[in-house]
Amino acid sequence: MQKYSVFSLIKNAFSNHQNWEVAWKDPTPKSEYDVVIIGGGGHGLATAYYLAKEHNIRNVAIIEKGWIGGGNVGRNTTIIRSNFMYDANARFNEFGMDLWRNLSQELNFNVMFSPRGIINLAHSDAQMNAYARRGNSMRLNGIDAKLLDREEVKKLIPMADFSDEVRFPIFGGLMQPSAGTARHDAVAWGYARQADDMGVDIIQHCEVTGFDVVNGKIKGIRTSRGDIKAKKVGLCVAGSTNILAEKLNMTLPIETHVLQACVSEPVKPLLDGVVTFGAGHFYISQSDKGEMVMGGDLDGYNSYAQRGNLPTIQHVLTGGLALFPFLSRLKMLRTWGGIMDMSMDGSPIIDKTHIEGLYLNCGWCYGGFKSTPVSGWTFAHTIAQDQVHELNSELRLNRFCTGHLLDEKGLGTKTWIG
Amino acid sequence: MLYIKCPYCGLRAQKEFSYGGDATVKRPNINEEVSSKDWDNFVYMRKSPRGKHIELWQHIAGCRQWIKVQRDTATHEIFQTAKVTEEIR
Repeated sequence: MQKYSVFSLIKNAFSNHQNWEVAWKDPTPKSEYDVVIIGGGGHGLATAYYLAKEHNIRNVAIIEKGWIGGGNVGRNTTIIRSNFMYDANARFNEFGMDLWRNLSQELNFNVMFSPRGIINLAHSDAQMNAYARRGNSMRLNGIDAKLLDREEVKKLIPMADFSDEVRFPIFGGLMQPSAGTARHDAVAWGYARQADDMGVDIIQHCEVTGFDVVNGKIKGIRTSRGDIKAKKVGLCVAGSTNILAEKLNMTLPIETHVLQACVSEPVKPLLDGVVTFGAGHFYISQSDKGEMVMGGDLDGYNSYAQRGNLPTIQHVLTGGLALFPFLSRLKMLRTWGGIMDMSMDGSPIIDKTHIEGLYLNCGWCYGGFKSTPVSGWTFAHTIAQDQVHELNSELRLNRFCTGHLLDEKGLGTKTWIG
Repeated sequence: MLYIKCPYCGLRAQKEFSYGGDATVKRPNINEEVSSKDWDNFVYMRKSPRGKHIELWQHIAGCRQWIKVQRDTATHEIFQTAKVTEEIR
């Protein structure tokens, strides 16, 4: 594989960039693989990459209905953080932060990881107390957390509304300075290129139509491009999880919902990190191009449409305007939607299933992108070793039945409550 | 914007309604022993189909009644609405 560097860039400039190697091949599916990963999003690509790299399992195929980078990995708002209170979520995502920090070097692909911090704003004394508690929990797990008072927040985001007549005054906030953003397309392409180089077949435009399960054991999958035998199959399909579960006669603690995001026209550098509004569901960051990237609530009803409705955008931006009045002067460039696999407690599931050789990775709710590396890493371990890793030992499917929920913020599919 | 025909009030904008989830889920009988599995199925497990879905909505900014809506989760087309005591087939 051609190594990407400043020298290869200069060399290829002489031939007008016409002679770059393709980043990954377009193979026809073989009849049999050791492992088939369904879903060529960030998590699926990362899983295949770590299967090859960490476990030396290289006879692997990724089956993708659309194309690489066309699903949620290209639709998210690129936020990376590990500001969780529960031990299971905090350790899992902090391990992921370590993978992020080295990802550009590891993949030889600049994922533009930019740890400029995230601030969760508080608008009451009670919220400040809750953030103090969460910050303390984070620090006990070795994650950097800083409780900011009103003046400290004002220094960081002076353009927010600090006036007296504001409905939800800013009391302070909780900051994770090591959180940040990355370029999501580069993450998908970087993993795809490295996985392909290690022998993984990335099969795009191939839809899974069914599964071959014999005596409770997976034997293979049926696809729009023929049957493929597989010793092990991993599901990594986010918003399509329920569709595939139905083909397996499985019912899951997952509902599929649409989540929208939007960007403004590009403006000069204004906002350094990520800011979330504490009195509504709204978050904002500024992309490297200068666009304000914003998002918030789900549309709030089951949906498989990869686009949403305007009332939700209006509702989210109302919260945005309450926080940052300057937004009213910006034009919106685009809005779009992605379909989320909303788990019932707001935390993901990475586990084995009752079918031998079938593994499940789903329930990422609003925040799958930040966990892309660690999700792939732990899912690869779960598939290769046929047992969960310590990091995903609490992200089990049966936790809903046994009552061991990871209801981090009381979020989940039931957005109509609370 | 969805437009939902409330069986009590007529056609209204989605903004007047609040969503209540899958209407086909059945609560285990009251005052009977319920296994963890049955409770799990009732509280957490959802089919969440792509296509026709029968769901509950509440006309929160109107008559405040709960109603049933049959809607396509991919196209958002609404086929039928009914009072919560009525069946949708």
